[in-house]
Amino acid sequence: MSTSPFRRHTGTLSLLALILMTLVVSGCSGEEENWNGKDISGLMPGLEFELTDSQGSSVTAKQFDGKVRLLFFGFTSCPDICPTALQKLNQATEGLPSGLQDDVLTLFVSVDPERDSPERLAAYVRFFGSGIVGLTGKEPQLRELAKRYRTTFGYEEPDENGNYAVSHSSAVYVFDREGKARLLIRADLSPKEIRQDLIALARTDTE
Amino acid sequence: MSLIEYLAPYDFSPLTVLSFMLVLGFYGVGLLRMPEEDRPGSVRIMVFVLGVLIAYGVMQTRFDYYSQYMFFVHRGQHLVLHHLGPILIALSNPLPVVRFWSRQISPGLKSRLRPLGWLYRFLQHPLIASVLFVGLIYFWLWPPIHFDAMLSRNLYWVMNWSMLIDGILFWWLIFDPRPPATTPSLGYGKRILLLALVAIPQMVLGAMIVFSRGMVYDVYEVCGRAWPMAPETDQLLGGMLTWIPPAMMSILGILIILRRAMREDGSFTSRSSQVGETT
Repeated sequence: MSTSPFRRHTGTLSLLALILMTLVVSGCSGEEENWNGKDISGLMPGLEFELTDSQGSSVTAKQFDGKVRLLFFGFTSCPDICPTALQKLNQATEGLPSGLQDDVLTLFVSVDPERDSPERLAAYVRFFGSGIVGLTGKEPQLRELAKRYRTTFGYEEPDENGNYAVSHSSAVYVFDREGKARLLIRADLSPKEIRQDLIALARTDTE
Repeated sequence: MSLIEYLAPYDFSPLTVLSFMLVLGFYGVGLLRMPEEDRPGSVRIMVFVLGVLIAYGVMQTRFDYYSQYMFFVHRGQHLVLHHLGPILIALSNPLPVVRFWSRQISPGLKSRLRPLGWLYRFLQHPLIASVLFVGLIYFWLWPPIHFDAMLSRNLYWVMNWSMLIDGILFWWLIFDPRPPATTPSLGYGKRILLLALVAIPQMVLGAMIVFSRGMVYDVYEVCGRAWPMAPETDQLLGGMLTWIPPAMMSILGILIILRRAMREDGSFTSRSSQVGETT
């Protein structure tokens, strides 16, 4: 091995390896587009689903094409995360410039089809404003959709009254007008920050 | 859930299944066709198959689901992919099978495959191998990169495969059965040094994760956990899995190499001195 050409250049080679590593690391986080949310462009597949809406009829993602869409998983018996998130999204979309209000749609996907009937879902989303569509489906359909967006949900054992908690993603996935995954909004963003992102996204898309 | 559902892949990857099938297939056919005297014993065969199967198990069964939605299970997955599986594969010494197949390759193809050999020798340079071994752990656990890797299906596969391939390269460098006295394999002293060197940064990283107060890996919070568990507990367990078992494996590796060195110590020097006496 002492004749190996690599031995003699140990210093140079390790330096090269280091430089390569830094390049790789910086290359992955280089693009800064100043979103408040997390930029997920290219990381996730476009919006696609076949679910049931709160009128009980089947819908696909295509029917909502042309709008900026916010996808959120939850359930109507949810004690804190869902109401907070939906209220926040509502505040964010209410404050949009009037021209853009109709261009942003929130899709609330209930992952608890056992309890969330279309009627119950309809009443629930109505409470949180007009720009929200309630969606649900059979469990395998919901599992497929959750898997597509690399999230999951799980049910707790029901108590004596049949109540149970559902664990689900706390993030909101934002898709642009073409249905491409663009942003991930974490629970710590304020309505104002969300609104800024939505305006920027809605505007860049129309240009 | 039935047993079959637990054994079925959560996120089916045809390429992964095919690769594992090819590895086992080539190993099996090689075993059957090779001359009796070269064939490894049954324990070695079992160790090899076990190493391959546990790596497959954490990638293409229900285990993968829990690895995607629980930080500590994910650390367990990488422990198998980067340490345990490759250690078993390297210790089983599949060299006779590799030699058998390399004899079957035509000289024309062999010369075309030569760049692969260069790449291999470059990656197996002790410094590069250890920087790569530790660097990959740090790279994929760097919070923004980790976040993206858990969100993107493609990145996730690149992450797991890079861990497995690098694990095999590194542990093969360490457990190469060819005696360094007579072959170009790495000297035992250097192997021990590498094992000690790579243990330290892994312990530092593990301790950092264990003792960090805030939530470092919040992607599991964002995407929902497989079952309700306090994020702090999840992170603590994951940090411990990054810290303790890899350090233990380094020590175990050092012991194995020491034993080998002590056994060979006499044999090669005495033979050369005998040669010296007779001439």
